[in-house]
Amino acid sequence: MTLRHDALIVGGGIVGAACALYLARRGLRPLVLEADFVGSGATSAGMGHLTVMDDSPAQFALSSHSCSLWSDLGDQHGELWEEDPCGTLWVAAEEEELPLLASKAAFYRERGLEVEELSAADLAKAEPELRPGLSGGLLVPGDRVIYAPKAVRWLMEEAVALGAEVKEGSNVLSLEDRTAVCDSGSFEADVIVLAAGAQSARLLPSLPLEPRKGHLVITDRYPGFCRHQVLELGYLKSAHQMSGQSVAFNVQPRATEQVLIGSSRELVGWDKSVNRGLVHAMVERAIEYMPRLAELSVLRTWTGFRPASRDNLPFIGRWEPIDGLWIAAGHEGLGITTSLATGELLADLIVARQPTLDPSPFDPMRVVGGS
Amino acid sequence: MGKIAIRIDGRRVQTDEGNTVAAALINEGVWGFRRSPQGESRGPLCAMGICFECRVTIDGEAHRRACMEICRAEMEVATDG
Repeated sequence: MTLRHDALIVGGGIVGAACALYLARRGLRPLVLEADFVGSGATSAGMGHLTVMDDSPAQFALSSHSCSLWSDLGDQHGELWEEDPCGTLWVAAEEEELPLLASKAAFYRERGLEVEELSAADLAKAEPELRPGLSGGLLVPGDRVIYAPKAVRWLMEEAVALGAEVKEGSNVLSLEDRTAVCDSGSFEADVIVLAAGAQSARLLPSLPLEPRKGHLVITDRYPGFCRHQVLELGYLKSAHQMSGQSVAFNVQPRATEQVLIGSSRELVGWDKSVNRGLVHAMVERAIEYMPRLAELSVLRTWTGFRPASRDNLPFIGRWEPIDGLWIAAGHEGLGITTSLATGELLADLIVARQPTLDPSPFDPMRVVGGS
Repeated sequence: MGKIAIRIDGRRVQTDEGNTVAAALINEGVWGFRRSPQGESRGPLCAMGICFECRVTIDGEAHRRACMEICRAEMEVATDG
């Protein structure tokens, strides 16, 4: 049996949900095919940090526009997904990191983003559990934290209210011209959006995406232990490493008063088991910055897979070799942040409406030397 | 068996040396050890370190299992039950 739809979206994570919402807002009635349940993959494994990133002008454009879309939604509905306007605090441990902190501040300010540079004394006041002797900090007060498993469900319900449809438990086995072959049958549409995170490479092996595994640790409830999403300044260096293992200090206060501790990165395929050595290194790194973390009781440790492209930018746009195929994947650790801008951009490209953002840095055809 | 003194929510009490904190609390008639996130009273259930229902704050350290901690002289136990 083959069913025809306006558009198919492969993947019901936060990027697929955002694509469904924006396609529905542009008048299409997409069908979302989700292998497991909505938000079951990387969406629920990550921290849920809405942050404006400075690693490239394109990433800044995508993340800052997406944060403003989140801000509009959050003002009305944020409490549904436990939104916390805690801001991001970047920490410089050593004196030699201060020039990097200053250039980060300048990058944001040149682009009109409010940031605040903190002296060592200000830093201690802002985040009392940080150890003494750190050099300084940069506060990005507009950044937020959300609970993504709730946000993704809201986005999907909103899309459904506008005419979208969702089939959970529908595993797509292969993609052909204008057809998605599922275990439960085939679906046809003039538009197919591949939004299956790192799994996208399974359906489209020529797409250079790798699962970059991460671990997170969550503690019991310790009210007021930390107040901001706090990261070490060297975080991006860890995030962009394409070989071996890396860890970086990254903690987050949850609405439940728990502390979420990250982060790790490694390329080990789809092995989702907990790597105890790496968790140990990750937690040790965090304790270097916040010594009293060592005393907190840990409830759970889990892993997830970031969809990593080689140039650290996602793929958003048409995949020319396959008729009707579009891609929205490869957001690495920024999928929650950049989901909304991705959905908006992709929907605008699909309906040939003038997009808000320049789509060229995200064009998937860059990997085959095209456009 | 000797006696030692501990404090339960600021109240100084005597307990037998070797008692767990959970036993000391129950001997004093304290059954509510903590509150659930919904505000319900919680106390010891398994008494063998598995269920985590009996958590109290000991010497300022939150989430200690009262059933697994042996009383020490001058220990400060805080409940929220």
